[in-house]
Amino acid sequence: MNQRLSVSSDPGGPGPDAFAIHAVDLRRRFGERWAVDGVNLAVPSSQIYGFLGPNGAGKSTTVRMLCGLLIPTGGRATVLGHDVARDPGGVHLAIGAALQATAIDDRQTGLEHLRLQGRLYGLRRAETERRIAELQDLIELGEAIQRPAATYSGGMKRRLDLALALIHNPDVLFLDEPTTGLDPVSRFKLWDEVRRINRERGTTVFLTTQYLEEADELAERVGIIADGRLVAEGTPDELKRRIGADVVIARVSGDPERARQVLDGIPEVERVDVDATEVTATVGDGPTAITPVAVALAAAEISVETLTLRQPTLDDVFLAVTGHRLATGTAAQPDAGASELATTGRTSQ
Amino acid sequence: MTTTAESTSTTVDQRAAGVAPNLARRAGFFRDVASIAARSLRQARREPETLFPPIFVPVFFFMILVGSLEDTFGHTGLNDFRAFQLPVSVVLAVTGLTRAPSVVTDITTGYFERLLLSPVNRMALLLGMMVADAAIVVALCVPVLVMGAIVGVEFVTGFVGILAFVVFATAWSIAYVGILYAVALRSANPTVTSQTFLLYFPFVFLSTTMVPREAMKGWLSTVAGFNPLTYVYAALRSLITEGWSGPDLLKGVVAIVIVGACTHTLAYAALRGRVSRSRP
Repeated sequence: MNQRLSVSSDPGGPGPDAFAIHAVDLRRRFGERWAVDGVNLAVPSSQIYGFLGPNGAGKSTTVRMLCGLLIPTGGRATVLGHDVARDPGGVHLAIGAALQATAIDDRQTGLEHLRLQGRLYGLRRAETERRIAELQDLIELGEAIQRPAATYSGGMKRRLDLALALIHNPDVLFLDEPTTGLDPVSRFKLWDEVRRINRERGTTVFLTTQYLEEADELAERVGIIADGRLVAEGTPDELKRRIGADVVIARVSGDPERARQVLDGIPEVERVDVDATEVTATVGDGPTAITPVAVALAAAEISVETLTLRQPTLDDVFLAVTGHRLATGTAAQPDAGASELATTGRTSQ
Repeated sequence: MTTTAESTSTTVDQRAAGVAPNLARRAGFFRDVASIAARSLRQARREPETLFPPIFVPVFFFMILVGSLEDTFGHTGLNDFRAFQLPVSVVLAVTGLTRAPSVVTDITTGYFERLLLSPVNRMALLLGMMVADAAIVVALCVPVLVMGAIVGVEFVTGFVGILAFVVFATAWSIAYVGILYAVALRSANPTVTSQTFLLYFPFVFLSTTMVPREAMKGWLSTVAGFNPLTYVYAALRSLITEGWSGPDLLKGVVAIVIVGACTHTLAYAALRGRVSRSRP
């Protein structure tokens, strides 16, 4: 708990009303466990914000608090100026949300879902029918829209779920892992739709994901959450630049900690992270550094299975700030450099 | 219970830019109740098999009881055993007839949370389903009353008495289902919810379902005296055979109000717990 303040930054600057989503020291405890532990957010209007983290990191709990479904244990958050604790009704009118579980009633048809959603949001019949027509391209259900949702595939249900969140033209859209379980084609299509909604309406999109590619592709800014804390934040490019220009990754068959010690001694190497059998060296200039790295490992008689030079990805950023890769979830010890990067992670704007 | 439209949060900048505005506004309490009730009725229409037992059981019991016991019960002072049994058929049909199990499905599939994300009035989530239950109960009274007419049961109170009979049966049904909604909302567990039907037995069989109170002896008579269903039966039977009996009708109303107050208090407490923003 003592790191909470050190890794979370106060948004400062303009007041909460200047942002579509604003949170200060947002916390939520379940029993003895802090699921969200001092998250600060300042997401301006019309931005696509990616909230990246592994399962159990606190993404969904944060979203549920911001949507007014869960009362925070501490801190404060507003969505379009509506306090999520004191004015959940105002929040519900302002937002649309597709949460992690696809919330579809198998006994209703797609059309019945949409019409009921329209009625609950106070839309007049003509408004609802117009919105359904506008959402047809997204829903892509064709004749199936008249069939009970029990007959739909997972992708069809996901698309319907998103359409339900959009029926009233919300100003802020929360998407909690919207593409989990979707095939690649459906995923790309949903990405296009999120971009279109954001571009055409200026809808603010708060997107949680555990897919690095998704955050990289969609989000203008990315917040990385681990163990309930926001450990880094910035544009994807900023985050990658923070850890260096290039990374050299050595997959070793021997002791990776020995490889770390060897690489730590090379002047061209700025930092070294270890995750399972992968040793990741962040370097200023990859082509210049790769030869000394290879020579040093060979001289130390460390067996190297592969040696890769590439530009940093968000997974490398995640490794740097949490000590393990998002893709593997393998735990490793964060080093001092990781802490340093974490403390430089600032909130948006 | 807000019934007026509330302005949405679309910004002035968005309007100036010709961007489609946020259309959300509060629909109003009664529209919310109607929307939830309509959805519940649509579901019931798609699951006709759930209505088979409430139709079959009362008809079956009526035929068996009348066929086998009509002569035997002559000594209890009953002039018309068929008229005595018709309220039993209605009570068997409507007691526990509810869409409450679908709440469990909504909770487990996440659809209930989808509803909570909308500006729907929380109370309407429960009342809407009860309105649907009431509509189904009214519809189910029809075949039972037709069966009664076919076997020669006549209402001395006439058509208005038949309407009052249906109102009583519906009120009893809605008073009773409160406990089922309480269990469904509290447990969100289909097994626990389905076990609630066990409550049906003491209510039905520790009352004047089979014989009039005067024919009961010992502890059964005492227990039946505390069973609210005894007074509901008395009210229903009075409408068929005695006419507009104020005391019987009043006792029936009081019994329904007491049961309803207890079960609905539990149901609304369970709803409050379910929609509480403190729960994980």
